[in-house]
Amino acid sequence: MSRCCNEFSRSSLLHRAVAEAGSGLPAIEHGMPVPAGTGLDRRDLLLRSAGLALAVYGAGSLGFPGFEDGILEAAEAAPNQPVLVSVFLDGGADSLSLLAPIADPDYKRLRPKLALPDSGLVFTEDPRLRWHPEAAALRTLHLEGKLTVVPTVGYTDADQSHFTSRHYWEVGATNPGLRTGWMGRYLDKAGRPDNPLQGLSLDGELAPPLATHKAPVAALRGADGYRFWAPGVWGEVESEMLETLGPLGAARGRGDKALASIAGISTQAQRLRHQLAPFNGKGFGSPVTYPQHRSGFPQRLAGLAALLAGGLPLRCVAMRAYGMYDTHSDQPDQLAQGLKLTGESLLAFQRDLEARGLADRVVTLVWSEFGRRAEENGSRGTDHGAAGVAMLMGTQVRGKMIGELPKLKEGIDRNGNLKATVDYRSIYTSLLEQWFDFDAAGAIPNAKAYRRLELVR
Amino acid sequence: MSQTATKVPVYRGEFGPAQAERLLWRAGFGPRRGEAEALAKRGLDNAVHALTRSGRQRFVGPRAKDEKGRPLAPRDAWGHDHLWWLDRMVRGNRPLMERMTLVWHDWFATSNEGVGSQGLMLRQNALFRRYWLGSFRQLATAVTRDPAMLLWLSGTENTKWSPNENYARELMELFTLGAGRGYTERDVREQARALTGFRNDWREGVGPTRFRFDRERHDVRTKRVFGHRGRFDWHDAVRLCVTHPRHPSFFVPKLWSYFIPVAPPRATRLALERLYVRNGYAVRPVVEAILRHPLLYNGPRMVKPPVVYTAGLLRAAGRGIDTESWTWLCANAGQQLFYPPNVSGWNDERWLDTATYLARWDLAGRVTRPAALDPNKVQAPFDADKLLDRALGFWGHPPLSAGTKRVLRGYTARALATANSSWKKKSYPALIENSLRHLIAVSPDLQTS
Repeated sequence: MSRCCNEFSRSSLLHRAVAEAGSGLPAIEHGMPVPAGTGLDRRDLLLRSAGLALAVYGAGSLGFPGFEDGILEAAEAAPNQPVLVSVFLDGGADSLSLLAPIADPDYKRLRPKLALPDSGLVFTEDPRLRWHPEAAALRTLHLEGKLTVVPTVGYTDADQSHFTSRHYWEVGATNPGLRTGWMGRYLDKAGRPDNPLQGLSLDGELAPPLATHKAPVAALRGADGYRFWAPGVWGEVESEMLETLGPLGAARGRGDKALASIAGISTQAQRLRHQLAPFNGKGFGSPVTYPQHRSGFPQRLAGLAALLAGGLPLRCVAMRAYGMYDTHSDQPDQLAQGLKLTGESLLAFQRDLEARGLADRVVTLVWSEFGRRAEENGSRGTDHGAAGVAMLMGTQVRGKMIGELPKLKEGIDRNGNLKATVDYRSIYTSLLEQWFDFDAAGAIPNAKAYRRLELVR
Repeated sequence: MSQTATKVPVYRGEFGPAQAERLLWRAGFGPRRGEAEALAKRGLDNAVHALTRSGRQRFVGPRAKDEKGRPLAPRDAWGHDHLWWLDRMVRGNRPLMERMTLVWHDWFATSNEGVGSQGLMLRQNALFRRYWLGSFRQLATAVTRDPAMLLWLSGTENTKWSPNENYARELMELFTLGAGRGYTERDVREQARALTGFRNDWREGVGPTRFRFDRERHDVRTKRVFGHRGRFDWHDAVRLCVTHPRHPSFFVPKLWSYFIPVAPPRATRLALERLYVRNGYAVRPVVEAILRHPLLYNGPRMVKPPVVYTAGLLRAAGRGIDTESWTWLCANAGQQLFYPPNVSGWNDERWLDTATYLARWDLAGRVTRPAALDPNKVQAPFDADKLLDRALGFWGHPPLSAGTKRVLRGYTARALATANSSWKKKSYPALIENSLRHLIAVSPDLQTS
């Protein structure tokens, strides 16, 4: 039986809840940071030209027609904008398994049951290391020079709460009070007031790294199966009945939170019912074959490539990878499944971009909130650690390892966790400057404190 | 005790059927026909007592069965655990006991997703019911050795050779103190050591079994927790948490939040904390004080949790459990019993979104469906007021606000106006009566309390 720790699933839940902005704060335990994006107004938009049902956040004073114009204008004004895709490995990915130091004498001592066998997939930049046997797709990208690996990334005194550490990564600062995401602040400065596609969440809910102060951002979600069925009612009576949902929900006013929420949701439901009626899923016309998977992760990447090929003005995109990386138990299976599908999907996405001639415009950042404890626990798993793993993918990344995986004897802190050799804000500041040509001080607090890395060719 | 209790404000306004109705929703699953009026006659104090000190458990109404008329198999059949408990909510005469059981299920949220045994989940459910208004300290102690919990939060994987922090962390973060309140990462590790020693066997065909404390697996060495030193074991681990000075200020607002959707005023919170501690961590006096607090009666409304909403509709319609659909319908609405989303339980402030709204719509439709009027057989009056009144009668005439009535009347008039031929004039009123039953059930009046 496999289980993640439960603070983990709570954290994902709260993030999801918070993303449904517009009807108040979720219940958050004392001391937990409030996820970025909380309190943003959410509105729905059907972008008819592109057949997309969008939830738009931070809509400001503009109505929806304005957005459609803004999206068109943005697409025409800057057709070849660089795009940054953030892919989150949810739960704390284990870098000691992704890049197993099989020759390190301490590896087998710390991981007597979990140490990986020699996969034969040598990590060419550090021959002590072997790729996880299911990470062959990532190795292919690395051999082609399209994958930069950051084996030990994090920050000083890593917080071991999923919720808090993830928040720090999302907002780009170790500040529990910050409510905007690091990419969101970039969009606030460099984005447009009328193009919600500039910050797009692909998980159907606002991704906190994209939370802005004022610029609109959007979330794409599933669009079929939203039908209202009423027993013993049909025809004209049914039409009248369903048109009553919104007014009925608002019939008692919005005098308190519960009434406001039911008024808002009823109105949204009625609108959504109309918006989704004409929508039916069309293929993405992908030139490559993606893995098929019930999670929908590969399909979301396929959809993203199609959106970019369609000329939509995307700039920052965020999504969760497939997999459960909070491997407190049953780590071998959990990790293998996650790494395999995520790696193969990313490779397919890269191939898709290459085939469509878009590859030079897209950099993908893969990250996780922390790593695992170096020493395995007694449940064929590992507990929360400190430094985690990050990767950058694309034809424009340098493909050279940043930082290192030190000898275990020296690389472990007094809590038994891997020490970070690179601060995650070094990645953020360097990407903002080298990929977006944007002064990182405008988005990352105390930006000058972080060493810049050579990430982009 | 009474001296302390008097410092918590008590509602002194009118206690009529409307107030009794709210009390029955917050402390139970809503009134059956006539129940609110009967409770109102007893006055506030007696009404609260009737809920907190109710007598023997009795079940009223038709026994639960599945579609084929067979009795439920809550230990074995998928979803029947949910139906079994829903049935107790619908038919039981001790609503607060079921409601408190739901509170503890949410508080110590354990999911069968991780336990994998409906039998062990039901055993935990019996534990929650046994301690419903008893001592929180005893409850937390019993939960710590509860088999479902031991499986859920890795308690039987926590040994002196390889401590597992899962339960220790949640015991402090979610069950007794709150995240980052009065403990450190070191306390988590030390508490994990104190909690070592539980184990279980696994038998083919039975699954996990023989849960027990095994001294061999327990770390007997000295631990240091919250600045105390000792050879602590699992009893001590719980005691140290519950007697921690910051526990009452975690406990009271959390318990309060299940009944009243705004935070308690500071003076009330402090008085409730004193009441709680002076009564040796007993839950009953705190719940009684909350149920008598003015904010319960004149404060804002609350969205009903999906199972409360469902049980309440069934009670109002006088219908028992006769289909297995309630399990997946409630799951779609965001609440399948025995499957909370994670160890922090359901998020009581986030029941509604566009997807769960649709699920509640389906739930309401499913309650009304068997009784739907057939326009070929029933002729309903061609009269908006009469139709609305008949539809309200289906739910035992719940009180509706003027605004809701206005919207429903307007809708009825528009729908009647579409009847532009003689056959429509005959058949549409029945369709409209059906639709009104459905609309009343999804109105803000019935979705909130």
